[in-house]
Amino acid sequence: MKATADEPEQTTEQLSGERLVELYRIMVLSRYLDQRVWLLNRQGKAAIAASAQGHEAAQVACVEATDPSKDHYLIYYRQFTAMIALNTEPEEMLRGFLAKADDPMSAARQFPLHGAHPRVDLFNFSNVIATQLPQAAGVALADKLRGFDAVTVVYFGDGASSQGDTHEAMNFAAIHKLPVIFFCENNRYAISVPLDKQMGIESIATRASGYGFPGVQVDGTDIVAVYEATSAAVKRARSGQGPTLIEASVERLLPHTTDDDHTRYRSAEDIAQMPERDPIRTVSAMLRRRDLLTESQDAAIHAAAKERVNVATDIVDAEPYPGVETMFDHTDVDPRGRN
Amino acid sequence: MAFEVQLPHVGESVTEAVIGKWLKSPGDVIEKYDPLVEVITDKVVMDVPSPTTGILTKILASEGETVLMGGVIAEMELMESGPDSEVSDTHTPTGSRIGTLVEGANVGPTGGEFLDTSLKPPETASQDVAETVSNGEKRQKGFSPVVSKLANQHGVDLNTLTGTGLGGRVTKKDVLTAVEYSRRDEYPKLSGEDRLVEPTAIRKMISNHMVKSMSEIPHAWSAVEVDVTGMVEWRTLNRLSFEQQYGVGLTYLPITVYVVAAALMSNEILNSTWLDEKIVIKGAINIGVAVAASEGLIVPVIHRANELSIVDIARTLDGVISRAREGSTTLDDVQGGTFTLNNTGALGSIWGGAIVNHPQAAILTTEAIVKRPVVMQGNGEDVVTVRSMMNICLSFDHRIIDGAEASKFLQGVKLGLEAIDGASEFQ
Amino acid sequence: MPEQTVIESVRDTMRAEMRRDDSVILLGEDIGARGGVFLASDGFVEEFGANRVIDTPLAESSICGVALGAAVNGMRPLAEIQFADFVWPAINQIVGEASKVRYGTFGVKKAPMTIRVPYGGGVRGGLYHSQSVEVLFAHTPGLSVVAPATPYDMKGLLASAIRSDDPVIVLEHKRTYRLVKGEVPSDEYTIPIGKAEIKRSGTEMTVVTYGLMLHYALQAAELAENSGIDVEVLDLRTLRPIDADSIAESVSRTGKVLIVQEDTPAVSISSEVAAIIGERCFFDLDGPITRLAPPEIPPMPFSPIQEAAFMPSSQTIFEAITKLAEL
Repeated sequence: MKATADEPEQTTEQLSGERLVELYRIMVLSRYLDQRVWLLNRQGKAAIAASAQGHEAAQVACVEATDPSKDHYLIYYRQFTAMIALNTEPEEMLRGFLAKADDPMSAARQFPLHGAHPRVDLFNFSNVIATQLPQAAGVALADKLRGFDAVTVVYFGDGASSQGDTHEAMNFAAIHKLPVIFFCENNRYAISVPLDKQMGIESIATRASGYGFPGVQVDGTDIVAVYEATSAAVKRARSGQGPTLIEASVERLLPHTTDDDHTRYRSAEDIAQMPERDPIRTVSAMLRRRDLLTESQDAAIHAAAKERVNVATDIVDAEPYPGVETMFDHTDVDPRGRN
Repeated sequence: MAFEVQLPHVGESVTEAVIGKWLKSPGDVIEKYDPLVEVITDKVVMDVPSPTTGILTKILASEGETVLMGGVIAEMELMESGPDSEVSDTHTPTGSRIGTLVEGANVGPTGGEFLDTSLKPPETASQDVAETVSNGEKRQKGFSPVVSKLANQHGVDLNTLTGTGLGGRVTKKDVLTAVEYSRRDEYPKLSGEDRLVEPTAIRKMISNHMVKSMSEIPHAWSAVEVDVTGMVEWRTLNRLSFEQQYGVGLTYLPITVYVVAAALMSNEILNSTWLDEKIVIKGAINIGVAVAASEGLIVPVIHRANELSIVDIARTLDGVISRAREGSTTLDDVQGGTFTLNNTGALGSIWGGAIVNHPQAAILTTEAIVKRPVVMQGNGEDVVTVRSMMNICLSFDHRIIDGAEASKFLQGVKLGLEAIDGASEFQ
Repeated sequence: MPEQTVIESVRDTMRAEMRRDDSVILLGEDIGARGGVFLASDGFVEEFGANRVIDTPLAESSICGVALGAAVNGMRPLAEIQFADFVWPAINQIVGEASKVRYGTFGVKKAPMTIRVPYGGGVRGGLYHSQSVEVLFAHTPGLSVVAPATPYDMKGLLASAIRSDDPVIVLEHKRTYRLVKGEVPSDEYTIPIGKAEIKRSGTEMTVVTYGLMLHYALQAAELAENSGIDVEVLDLRTLRPIDADSIAESVSRTGKVLIVQEDTPAVSISSEVAAIIGERCFFDLDGPITRLAPPEIPPMPFSPIQEAAFMPSSQTIFEAITKLAEL
């Protein structure tokens, strides 16, 4: 099921024009906040950041097809936009990146985007690659055993698909027909290792049939396509038919993280062609083409995002770091010495 | 690669030596057999030759330090090291091998060059090392293993010490300080007129040796007068021709050695040593002759003196004594003595109570030859005549030798010396 | 009072906990129809159904990863690693992930999971069915590790492990499964995690140990008594958090200590115990802290003479006791 932004419009009843614009707004807010975090890193204030620039459409569209009031989200470090789509405030995001005491995910004990979300069942225990996949199977197993109507979406990248844990998780989910959506954002680079050094196949989605469930490849910059693929997978999961693998192809507009330099391993041509698939550009064009968004409305969205980010930065910049006195909270360690 | 230089085992019954003077410095290139360091045993000063060719890298025993034979005194870097030789890691690496910190060089959380600007000066939120209450109490009353060991070693009563450790604990330092002070109490207080003289290494060796003799050997003494008129006459008559014929001077010493050697053959108990609760009669008769060398008393030895003629003895004596006076005594010169002779009479002494040269059994002094009025038998009557008289004094180890044996030996020496007259011929 | 073996305690306790709390589920290889290779879950799938007794694929990492996911979503999973020698692929999910769930989410998420690990040698298990694996787990903040060696302790500690809201590794020495039989009260009880127990009182020397070695140490203590040496035997029971107070109390009282373990000594439980004693009993020691452990070769050779030589025995423990007593 492949859809691009240039095909004739296909609004589904769930994705109204209003909703599409809202998703675009979330993408734009994510983009500005993402850029701000990168800047804060260059200023020496945000130690590490993994950008979601290029992934925004795939992430908002996937979340849109789920139900945050009951579903589970096991993310990895690049789900910046998904977090915002799940109503994480810019201040809350920045508290993670600036390692401030009120970081809601982990009280700044972990890297940003790690820990557990305060309002939604979203969590990320580590930045060890692919460990979240078997965990997702376990979460889904618990729901199935108790007959709960919930879907578990687990996010991972093309690199993670090589880990043994990925194979084990998909196998287990298939055996027990678990309500899992394996959502792979394939940006063709695992740090610097390109796809053809990561696997002998062209499409990760084709692996699903090896386990006995459907795999779907979609254009990750096409909101509608991703939304439709995810909706179908959610429907499968909720009706007890088991897991689906969705491979959303996207571009990683920036290097792997703020510690990386992708000019070392990507050709100038490769880097230069990426803006053509920039989802902010393509979704904006699609919305304007469908008369869902005017130029001035677009500009207003951008201005509002920029302002929102500025306000949030000022607020969080002034906040304190966690002190030593909270370092032992939620352990049974005697701070004064041997336990 | 690094080579350890050990103090070689030299000399029987010598287990340690004092480092005298280092003849080479670190950095010097040394050929095998080059004299490396001057070393002092209780018998002699000697040069230790380098065991190998190389560069002296480290001196590990300082001048004046006592080292056990076999102990490592220096390190050398050997010259022959091929391309595959392992780097010796007995040295601490130099600063350039440890490396220095490059200012401004950074590593971010996952690589990269992130330079953190979020850190402020750290708050003093230091955590105290947890101290359990029970351990704290015990500390005051308990003595640590090293404190107990040192107290035992030096005979310190720990209960008399005030501890300077936490909570009044007696520390290792406290014990060592107490030992130091107790030593100082033994030193005589110096008044303004007194002068402190640091003993030389030789002096210290002699001092130790004498203390050992006196503390181990129960000394007893006996003496006789010897009428050496005939010996004096013989020497006077033969002195010049002897020197012409044999190239060495003729003193009374070779005669004495000759006579003493013979007397020892008949009184072997005097030529012995006390060893592990047993008496060992020495097979060879090696007579040491005490000589005042420039740095102190040394005792070169005439080996197998009983097998030598007076000429041989004279020659041998001449050699060892001149070497002693020059300070070039070899170890062979001083090893193996079984009996010691000391001509204290040369300096005018008429009575001596010498200290036995441990581990020997006896020591004999020959005192000054003095002309005295002596009662002799003449024509069946007592007549007073002038005779040259020399006392000989024996100090002996009373564990081995009783007065009777001592007297018998002295009689033997006396008769041997008195038998000499102007007409005597010696082999 | 009824007597039962260690494996019977394992089985009874799991059954009781599953009856008591239906969020308890079992995951592992061969635990369903087979009842487990040691029959730990014999009859369980018949009683509790395949939904609660899950035969997993041969994939240890996901056995623990899936258990972790289920644990953070309201279940109380009990994962079995068939043999300790196969736990290594799961280290990532246990040490890397599960141990940090509570800390890394500032208390929002908890992982109430138990991992049962049959371990240990003396069963002609060779290099891959004899290993002791406690060190890595006992070193990890966020994990608890227990090693009960008697039927009584197994029941109480396994129950505590299952009821704990944090990850617990239960090390079960497979040689004790059928070898050790003892009294076990039929009523419900738990033993707190983190408490050692004096299994035999004495005055002259403390032997600190755990696992199968407990039983050999007790035999050695009998031999020692006949030689007039009064030995106290302290069973650690929990390896993390280690009961430093009990260790210090016993060794300060007796003045001498022999630490006996089946694991190879470098960087091991005995190293930790020795450090604790050095820190807390320094002024009460009448002799050096002494360890008895196998030689530094991979545990352990398959052939019988070498296996017997590898493991400490009541005889070698007795000899070590005697030597230490003579100092």
